[in-house]
Amino acid sequence: MIAIDRVGKAFPLKNDRFVALDDVSLSVAENEFVTIVGPSGCGKTTLMNILAGLETPDAGQALVRGSKITGPGPDRGVIFQQYALFPWLTVRKNVEFGLRTAGVPSRERRDRAQHFIDLVGLHDFADALPRTLSGGMKQRCAIARAYAVNPSILLMDEPFGAVDALTRVRLQEQLLQTWSQEKRTVVFITHDVDEAVFLASRVVVMAARPGRIVEVIDVDLPYPRTEELRLSPAFTALRNRVWSAVYHQEPVA
Amino acid sequence: MTVVQVGAETTTGSPPTEERRRRGVPKWGWNGLSVVLGIGIWWGFSLAGYDIPAPPEVLKRGGELIADGTLADDVLASLGRVLAGFVLGVALAIPVGFLMGWYGIVRGLIEPWVQFFRTIPPLAIIPLAVVLMGIGETPKIFVIFLASFLACVIATFQGVVGVDKTLINAARVLGAKDGTIFARVVVPASMPFILVGMRVGLGSSWATLVAAELIAAQQGLGYRMQSAQLYYDLPTIFVGLISIGVLGLLMDRVLLFAERRLTNWQERR
Ligand SMILES: Nc1ncnc2c1ncn2[C@@H]1O[C@H](COP(=O)(O)OP(=O)(O)O)[C@@H](O)[C@H]1O
Ligand SMILES: [Mg+2]
Repeated sequence: MIAIDRVGKAFPLKNDRFVALDDVSLSVAENEFVTIVGPSGCGKTTLMNILAGLETPDAGQALVRGSKITGPGPDRGVIFQQYALFPWLTVRKNVEFGLRTAGVPSRERRDRAQHFIDLVGLHDFADALPRTLSGGMKQRCAIARAYAVNPSILLMDEPFGAVDALTRVRLQEQLLQTWSQEKRTVVFITHDVDEAVFLASRVVVMAARPGRIVEVIDVDLPYPRTEELRLSPAFTALRNRVWSAVYHQEPVA
Repeated sequence: MTVVQVGAETTTGSPPTEERRRRGVPKWGWNGLSVVLGIGIWWGFSLAGYDIPAPPEVLKRGGELIADGTLADDVLASLGRVLAGFVLGVALAIPVGFLMGWYGIVRGLIEPWVQFFRTIPPLAIIPLAVVLMGIGETPKIFVIFLASFLACVIATFQGVVGVDKTLINAARVLGAKDGTIFARVVVPASMPFILVGMRVGLGSSWATLVAAELIAAQQGLGYRMQSAQLYYDLPTIFVGLISIGVLGLLMDRVLLFAERRLTNWQERR
């Protein structure tokens, strides 16, 4: 489904280059849920921008279904680290945005937007402006907006980073529930080790300077993931493995 | 598909109460008191023998000027000039500001001139405008046009440059192309800046108008005060000053109202 093939990306500095990604390769299967975890500055967002088609790699290539990514496309939905809602549009109008650019007639647009607004539980806030919503509600609106155009791939960049711990757990469960019912390929970026293990069938661990993949850990825990599972020894063992991969990285000389 | 309600959340950011009260007296109460006090002090100076007309005298002259239609004609002449210059200035400033923000080349070509003319007070252009354009309406409207254009073009440009990049990216991944991004993201996102620019531009137009009318005019508030000056007609000058102030305030309030209505989506003000 997604193939990242020896991708490199550097940003020019004053009189130097900053290597954000160095020789990154990864493939993601259809309908797989992959999380990418790593310290800040390790190139997670850069990698996601390349998959989204917002940045082009300097070396290597990124492919979706065998064709090279050259720009954003309706097959890939993106949920940004900052909510990136249009503040002058209501929740409904935000969710309808992608449908409008796709030329969906207004009747159908309204029905589809309503479906996804209901799905993320924002029914009572459909006509509210983003400034009146809490962080978790804004994020759910962003999720509804991405879902509405029905992408086969979801790219999520630390979507729950700014919400409180309690809400975060609920949003994770809700995301898995939605995913299990409408399967999509999900690439989910986080810096939270628990979140990475709880959601994924595979955890990709990245390291910084230069940004690279250090380890890919299979999470052989069954779906649906439950609260008991979160407290199980098997989960804890995996969590500890990912933790040490993230926090005990040998620096590259 | 199931809906999982997130119960722990509540809405935040209920609009703050605007009218702050103090000991039960509303804000406009203090404003009213201040106006009354100010007029009292003015009257006091006039009674104390300073060479200024007392309020009743100014009121009487105001009545006369209204009754014979002079004031209405002057106000209309002045407003006409300001609105013509202002509308032309804004109508040109908004597209130019957008082009400057959107295309680096346009910015590179136009910015030096905008920065240069911004340092020249519009009034300093009047002699040149009169020589080149004569003493009709054209030089007056031109100077007002220039004042509002310069104020508004900078604000629009800054608004466009300041548009959050993530919003543009969000639109792109939702399938928007350049035209759509411009119309549905850049324009609304820079609207607050444009409206502030329009307010500054209107203030600057109004300030320029009166001076432009002092030079050469047959009608208008500035002209009326200029001719009153020749006859030491202080009450007429006062009527002119008060009219200019009141009209300027009214126009600013209209734009402020429009601004509030059009940008109430902003997080805070
Ligand atoms: N446009 C850019 N110009 C220069 N440096 C950048 C740019 N984007 C990202 N970087 C740098 O690349 C590194 C990786 O960034 P990012 O992908 O955002 O990391 P992460 O999302 O893992 O925190 C950071 O050190 C950041 O400073
Ligand atoms: Mg990031």
